[in-house]
Amino acid sequence: MRIEVDFNVCADHGQRAIAAPDIFRIDDGHLVFDAAPGDELRADAEDAADACPEQAITILD
Amino acid sequence: MTNHVAIVGAGLGGLRAAEQLRAAGHAGPITVVGAEPHMPYNRPPLSKELLAHELADAESAPGADADDLAVLHKQVAFRQRASVADVTFRLGVPVTAADLGAGSTGGELVLADGGTVRFDGLVAAAGLRPRHLDVPGPAGPGSGRHVLRTLDDCASLRAGLRAALAAARDQGSSAARDRSSPASGGTPRPGGRAAVAVEGLARPYVVVVGAGFVGCEVACTALSLGCDVTVVEPIGPPLIRVLGEQVAQAIQRAHERAGMSFVIGPGVIGYAGEDRVTGVVLADGTGALTSAGPTPAGAVLPADLVVEAIGSIPNTEWLDGNGLDLTDGVLCDNTLSAVTSGRPGAPVTVVGDLARFPNPLLDDVPRRVEHWSMPTDTARRAATTLHARMAGDQVDPNPFRPLPYFWSDQGELRLQSFGSPQLADDVVIAEGDLADLDQGLLATYHRGGRLVGSLAVNLPPSRYRELREALR
Repeated sequence: MRIEVDFNVCADHGQRAIAAPDIFRIDDGHLVFDAAPGDELRADAEDAADACPEQAITILD
Repeated sequence: MTNHVAIVGAGLGGLRAAEQLRAAGHAGPITVVGAEPHMPYNRPPLSKELLAHELADAESAPGADADDLAVLHKQVAFRQRASVADVTFRLGVPVTAADLGAGSTGGELVLADGGTVRFDGLVAAAGLRPRHLDVPGPAGPGSGRHVLRTLDDCASLRAGLRAALAAARDQGSSAARDRSSPASGGTPRPGGRAAVAVEGLARPYVVVVGAGFVGCEVACTALSLGCDVTVVEPIGPPLIRVLGEQVAQAIQRAHERAGMSFVIGPGVIGYAGEDRVTGVVLADGTGALTSAGPTPAGAVLPADLVVEAIGSIPNTEWLDGNGLDLTDGVLCDNTLSAVTSGRPGAPVTVVGDLARFPNPLLDDVPRRVEHWSMPTDTARRAATTLHARMAGDQVDPNPFRPLPYFWSDQGELRLQSFGSPQLADDVVIAEGDLADLDQGLLATYHRGGRLVGSLAVNLPPSRYRELREALR
């Protein structure tokens, strides 16, 4: 599974880190994320993509 | 037997319901019927980014128009999961009636174009429509009166704001404008402010009626575009019903420092103008909590453009006659099944703004929650419930207890709320200073001594998890 975040629209509402803490986290005030997480995290990744107010997260495959 | 699911409403809730039905294992056909002509799109940017949006270079193809609905729609259209590629969308067709049926034959929708859709299970996700003020004065397209709910509303408001800005620029380059409304007999604007000129540029007058989330966000956007903005709200300072008086007053002061005006107390009793609105006629506001001082009855606020943001009405008329409780949305049980009082018929579940359900996280009182996160949360549960009921399986008995969440970006203020602050009887300022919201504020909301909600203003996202966990 590959994940992209569009930082042009991301407004740091912080919801994805709540929905999928194993993929997204806030480190020293900045978002860091695993761009190629294991497939066992797919449900979490989809929750995070759904929860993002800017819809900035794309799950590519 | 293959069950057919009809979903009424093609917004966020309708889309998520289709996706979650697939995730729950429903392999049969799904038809989504939507009153708007657009595929599902994200509404929050309509009051903010999309309202202010200029065409990016990439979109500035010859002939492209920022106000073109297709261009606007592209900015906010939802991506869809591959699992819903075979879902049928019937768009631009309101549903006029539904018959849930009485036996195993299922129910039927009647559409405004005369078509019908048979179903074995129904998802009600038809959302809300904006209220309009019922007062004398110009009305209808071209009157300068706007509401904001749909993409088409947004396109109309964008065009109106741009036209008003252009007209003000033209006028500002000639002479000082006398904007006193003839209908007020030259009554000066409350607070005695003359036509606004900043750096030699005249600014159009925008009046926003209603200081809820939509009203505040639109007001901030109009201010950022260069409009002179006044917010009129009879109830109290902005967001008072959700956040309480103390915090609401602090938000008002922050917006006033940014250049926004408020008329708090008097309601709107009419609009001045012939074909187009030229002013907003206020009720008696003597003694009102208005930033600009008391307003006499009949005072007229000059207005080139008005936005009515006075709340919404649930779209449930199409469900009349089926024995459902439609007094405020659709009454549901905790599994999001519509309460049918034992009448037979196809199963109905409810998603998003329409769902009035008890949330054991708080208490046993059924409530509607008009937050953006609710369609996604309720769609998941409504889909598993509907799938189980169509299959004759047991419905998931685990309590459905979603944590309400909203955010609102208003100029320099970023509000994030968890839980249900509107239910509180006590507010505690846990961090920060109400006089300086920009520096960050945490308010906690309590009912009967128990924490029921929190509000973070300009706090970093790293704090949100702990705020959430405290309410779980």
